Amino acid sequence: MSRRQFTAPTRAGAHPPDDTGCTVLHIDMDAFYASASLLSRPELVGRPVIIGGASGRSVVLSATYEARAFGVASAMPMARARRLCPQAIIIEPDHRRYAAISDAIMATFATITEHVEPLSLDEAFLDVSGAMRRLGRPTRIAEQLRDTIADEQGITCSVGVAATKFVAKLASTLAKPDGLIVVPRDETVAFLHQLPVGAIWGVGEKTEEHLHRLGLRTVADLAHTPLETLQRALGDGAGRNLHELAWGRDPRSVVPERREKSIGADETFAHDISDPVVIHRELLRLSDRTAARARSAGMTGRTVSIKVRFADFTTITRAKTLRHHTDVSREIFATARELYDRLGLQRARIRLVGVRLEGLVEAGKAPIQARLDDPEHGWREADVAVDRASARFGAGSVRPASLMPERRSGSQGGSGDLS
Amino acid sequence: MKFRVERDVLAEAVTWVARGLPARPPVPVLAGVLIQADEEGSLTLSAFDYEVSAKVTIPADVAEAGTVLVLGRLLADISRNLPNRPIDVEADGTKVNVTCGSSRFSLREMPVAEYPTLPVAPDLSGTIAGDVFTQAVAQVAIAADRGDTLPILTGVRMEIDGEKVTLLATDRYRLAMRELTWNPSATDASHVALIPARQLSDTAKALGAAGSVELALGNGSDGLVGFEAGRRRTTTRLLDGEYPKVTSIFPSSVDTEAVIETAALEEAVKRVALVAERNTPVLLKFTDGQVFIEAGTGDDAQASEALESTLTGPEIQIAFNPQFLLDGLHAVGTAYSRLSFTQPSRPAVLTGQAEVDSEADSSYRYVLMPVRFAS
Repeated sequence: MSRRQFTAPTRAGAHPPDDTGCTVLHIDMDAFYASASLLSRPELVGRPVIIGGASGRSVVLSATYEARAFGVASAMPMARARRLCPQAIIIEPDHRRYAAISDAIMATFATITEHVEPLSLDEAFLDVSGAMRRLGRPTRIAEQLRDTIADEQGITCSVGVAATKFVAKLASTLAKPDGLIVVPRDETVAFLHQLPVGAIWGVGEKTEEHLHRLGLRTVADLAHTPLETLQRALGDGAGRNLHELAWGRDPRSVVPERREKSIGADETFAHDISDPVVIHRELLRLSDRTAARARSAGMTGRTVSIKVRFADFTTITRAKTLRHHTDVSREIFATARELYDRLGLQRARIRLVGVRLEGLVEAGKAPIQARLDDPEHGWREADVAVDRASARFGAGSVRPASLMPERRSGSQGGSGDLS
Repeated sequence: MKFRVERDVLAEAVTWVARGLPARPPVPVLAGVLIQADEEGSLTLSAFDYEVSAKVTIPADVAEAGTVLVLGRLLADISRNLPNRPIDVEADGTKVNVTCGSSRFSLREMPVAEYPTLPVAPDLSGTIAGDVFTQAVAQVAIAADRGDTLPILTGVRMEIDGEKVTLLATDRYRLAMRELTWNPSATDASHVALIPARQLSDTAKALGAAGSVELALGNGSDGLVGFEAGRRRTTTRLLDGEYPKVTSIFPSSVDTEAVIETAALEEAVKRVALVAERNTPVLLKFTDGQVFIEAGTGDDAQASEALESTLTGPEIQIAFNPQFLLDGLHAVGTAYSRLSFTQPSRPAVLTGQAEVDSEADSSYRYVLMPVRFAS
């Protein structure tokens, strides 16, 4: 889903688009969470609906096109969305339903080809080059998919058909809602060059501003700027990347990816927090939860990352790769805390913190170089014991002392032990 | 100041002195080499980076005594590249002229007054045979930590008790310990010093070629250790802090022992480890008469190799980080290696021995923690 809306460029020829060589499909559900939620509330169809937590502190997960007409967009603070569209109906998200629909959609994709690269619950790239003998030309496959999903799931999707992932994704964005755009291979460059620079993958608001300052407004401007100039302005990698994309060159292929790439948890505070003790405690809780989820999934990871979102919504992430894989709560927390402390924040007001474990591999396959001074029964054994207790007596039955609910009548001390 | 010196003599001296000079010194003068010429016909070159000082005295034809400071790396490069003829050096106002045959260089003179005073080495404590010193330091320094998590572990712990010297280092994954004898100045010598491993290795390599190395620890209050061999003298600042207790790390019992030809095992592990991806181990299976080495997993590349090996005690399978194992095999320095185990999850001990059936030489011990799999 794009932050900004662009209109589809006009095509030069009147004849139907030639989809020869356009084997990449990008399929994106239209306002997925909203459409899925409305399946059980048909009386709300055609009205502005926002999906998200009801509290003013949460963010918009999705919105119907009727709400989007008022300027409501994904990831916008709920308070702002309500101001923009006071008449909107707000529905709490139903993640179980979304996951079920997503599984069904992915299963539909799998009947077309095994070359499916899911990007999220509701969008994926398909490479249909191997399916054409069986199912016909890419455009036909795309239409068939749209019909099947609309019939079986009751929600609509938009499809972009092109020779490369980047152009296919652009095309599906422009086709929204409930549309299909084919960008013939020969017309790719002409198609791209009519678009504003902000349409290109990797051009966010900052880069867009930067390019505007250089007088570059359309993709054509970008394409006709010497590579060296772009590299000087944006750095070697980004400059080359944009230049290649501006000419429709995108060497990335559709990579089937099924494994879960990371496990994590985050928390938006009920009000902005600047007390490092509270942040540390939250990092401990999130690390605990992340590690427990990794252990129950039988995965270990080598990279720990934290996310910090400030009161003004600027968000930063920091990551550290460990020497070996871990699923130990305490190691994840120690790393998360180190990453946080290294930010050197001074009374910054924080809205959200998150902890993730990345670079996952199955626990049985992750070698761990033991230490000479490891105790025979260490923190991992403690974690396993906690998991067993949680399985029997419920989550949170055993937890670090600093995460015990505060007793109002008790003394105020005792929350400092996070070492 | 004016003197003439043989090219080889100057090149060797200045290369050694300047080798540790920082590329980006904290103060500009520290990029310099201080040259002091005295009328007795000797030339002293020195360099210092606040951690390590190096000083060498060489013979020269001194026409006029004096002191200059010039860029050390530049002088080293120049002297190495000059033709093999006598070099004339002369201070000339703010410049130092270096002439050799028809080559002429004019170097900027740096302000001598701003150069810090080099630390004075503590009092002499005793001497060690040069070759023993070099080998012992190389054997131990490999196990020192290169990271920055625990600065104390980047050091080699040197303990002196009368005629006995014990060198020890660990990065918590392996531990290397070497015992040797030396000639203390006092029979009741007793010291403990923590010397940065990198600097100690450099020093041992540079000074070990001499017949014997003098060691200066003074009374332990200087925070410095001094080494001297031939014309070379160097001081290194000691690390400060409490070294962790390590005696409990040595296994108190042995269940299985295997003796293998060191070079053959080292070669085999090196080969098999080619398929071991980052952080994945080599697996060693010890059975009667042979050790089977394998690496690589599942769909990726795999390799295996079998070697002759004696076995005493029950069979065992144990996995190691290949580099850690290779470090130990490379350091042990004997024709045969003895590996002692208790359990696959407990540390193994590597010692050397001259023959397949001779006694273990326990003067060097390399304790290695195995790799296990989370489950």
